[in-house]
Amino acid sequence: MDLAVTQAEDAFRAEARAWLAAHVPPEPLPSLETAEGFAAHRAWEAELAADRWSAVNWPTEYGGRDCGLIRWLVFEEEYWAADAPGRVNQNGISLLAPTLLDHGTPEQCARVLPPMAAGETVWAQAWSEPEAGSDLASLRSRAVRAAGGWRLSGQKTWSSRAAFADRAFGLFRTDPDAPKAHQGLSYLMFDLRAPGVTVRPIGRLDGKPAFAELFLDEVFVPDEDLIGEPGAGWRIAMSTAANERGLTLRSPGRFLAAADRLRTLWQERGSPPQTRSRVADAVIGARAYQLFTYAAASRFLAGERLGPESSLNKVFWSELDIALHETALDLLGEEGERADTDWAERYVFSLAGPIYAGTNEIQRDIVAERLLGLPKGRR
Amino acid sequence: MRFLLDAEQRAFADSLDAMLTAADTPKAIREWSRGEHTSGRALWSRLADAGVFALAVPEAYEGLGPRPVELALAFVELGRHAVPGPLVETVTAAALVREPGPAKRLLPALACGESMATVAYEGSYALDGDLADVRLSLAPDGLRLAPGHEATRPSLDPARRLARLRPGGELLAVRPPVREALLWARLATAAQALGVGLALLERTVAYVGQRTQFGAPVGSFQAVKHRLADARIALEFARPLVLGAAVTMTPADVAAAKVSACEAAYATARTALQLHGAIGYTAEYDLSLWLTKARALRTAWGTPDECRADALGA
Repeated sequence: MDLAVTQAEDAFRAEARAWLAAHVPPEPLPSLETAEGFAAHRAWEAELAADRWSAVNWPTEYGGRDCGLIRWLVFEEEYWAADAPGRVNQNGISLLAPTLLDHGTPEQCARVLPPMAAGETVWAQAWSEPEAGSDLASLRSRAVRAAGGWRLSGQKTWSSRAAFADRAFGLFRTDPDAPKAHQGLSYLMFDLRAPGVTVRPIGRLDGKPAFAELFLDEVFVPDEDLIGEPGAGWRIAMSTAANERGLTLRSPGRFLAAADRLRTLWQERGSPPQTRSRVADAVIGARAYQLFTYAAASRFLAGERLGPESSLNKVFWSELDIALHETALDLLGEEGERADTDWAERYVFSLAGPIYAGTNEIQRDIVAERLLGLPKGRR
Repeated sequence: MRFLLDAEQRAFADSLDAMLTAADTPKAIREWSRGEHTSGRALWSRLADAGVFALAVPEAYEGLGPRPVELALAFVELGRHAVPGPLVETVTAAALVREPGPAKRLLPALACGESMATVAYEGSYALDGDLADVRLSLAPDGLRLAPGHEATRPSLDPARRLARLRPGGELLAVRPPVREALLWARLATAAQALGVGLALLERTVAYVGQRTQFGAPVGSFQAVKHRLADARIALEFARPLVLGAAVTMTPADVAAAKVSACEAAYATARTALQLHGAIGYTAEYDLSLWLTKARALRTAWGTPDECRADALGA
């Protein structure tokens, strides 16, 4: 059992650190939830991609470095420690890309992944519907067979980044007669600017259009944009969901960097003893999350499959994130009320953590039933 | 990097678990609480045979150490089975006695289980100070072999017996490695607390699966499930901190492990008590053996506040 990285991994860390030191913009970019900020972040993705830093764990043929899980973790630690910009294409890179690499065709990977890596195509997630949130399998949007493809109709909501993004991916009902709700669903990619798509941005708590409603009226999708077999959408989506809650959506690097910023803020404010416990808990929580992730990565690399433990993960990081940012705002005192700071932006983002990617209530049910073996029952 | 136990380490933990499962520890714990030490001594000797106390003793003094990862694994099992006695203190003593003379005299007996040690700052309570064969006192002028102990005081955990050490006694070292020994004390306490929390969770999950109310197992109610899920989450995130601290042995990592394992165990104890209802509030039901230990370990070898300060390096 050891925590030491190899010489090669250390060299990789040094290379990443040097590149980031030379390229991270000295001033923070405007919020990526604004039109101006979205454009600036897209340009940043292009800059990352030019030196193949935008998706380091992907195969090299699609613009990655094929660098493996440990180096990905190392890269993420360096990335967030360097206070580099948030990733505008995160939905694509951490959710759709692993899905395509596992379930897509080589043609789909070659067509979709390189422009994703370069920030040319920014992806939105189109999963939730007005009547299908935690109960995702009850979704009603449908895809009907058409010559050479499918026609999508229905309504999606809470689509992150859809206000400014180019394309989206999601589940659609292709067999309304399937015996169970989660059967007869298919996984499709579509163009947010195709005829028949209406995007209505929704302001989140701070008013920024961080997500949107999508109204789909007979939107044509060619066969080549179906992922996997028709009817296999649920199974494919669940493997994406495990990714989302598990290793790749929230890397320890983000929380280590945030906890470090919090500790610095606390020290700058004179290390007030009454907040010491909360700052310490954030620092300890980030370290716990890092080591938990190392353990999971080690098991994964030893050939174990990671299962419902991603639910432990999701509850932990989402609650850590909120506690950490609440502590920061409290330390800032009256400055903490200002909406135009990085702390405020990150705080508002953290508040969504227990809701998206499967609410924490659903995750606790999964932990209780699948990890502790408690009986299923009334909700 | 391979942050994963190897087969030998897993087998070591499994064999301790099997041995302690077969040993009827609740009976030994209750006897120990009454001051009857025969069964506890016998258990101690079997743990020593398995190598537990040799892990902090250097090979030069007939030990196997230092092996903090194996020690942490062992203490998780000791906590899971609520083994009584000055376990942490014996390990801490082994890390504290480094002068060749005293080490040669005291450590081989600790490693092989012939003697039990207790350690305390002068004026503080020493665990099982009335019973230990070696009583080490951390005095202002160095490490001393205490000449005796004051009256025994009850602990909130009936299996822990507290007594202050008498001042004076033979001076063993002027500059003992107190900081290093404290790392071992905290690591072992953290691991023990983690084990206590795991046992509380396991017993409570079993109980709510059997106990029915309103015609359904209590464990099928979401309010119950979510409390247990939170306990599992807290314990699962304390575990890598404990093992990570054993790997690095830095003061900040060890303090983080201590605070997080003890808080997780204590929160689990509260949950276990609540979900057992009144039966959990009784001394006759075995759950109490773990409930009270979770409370006692929380402040042993560093309060949550002290450990949080050390985790921040502030």
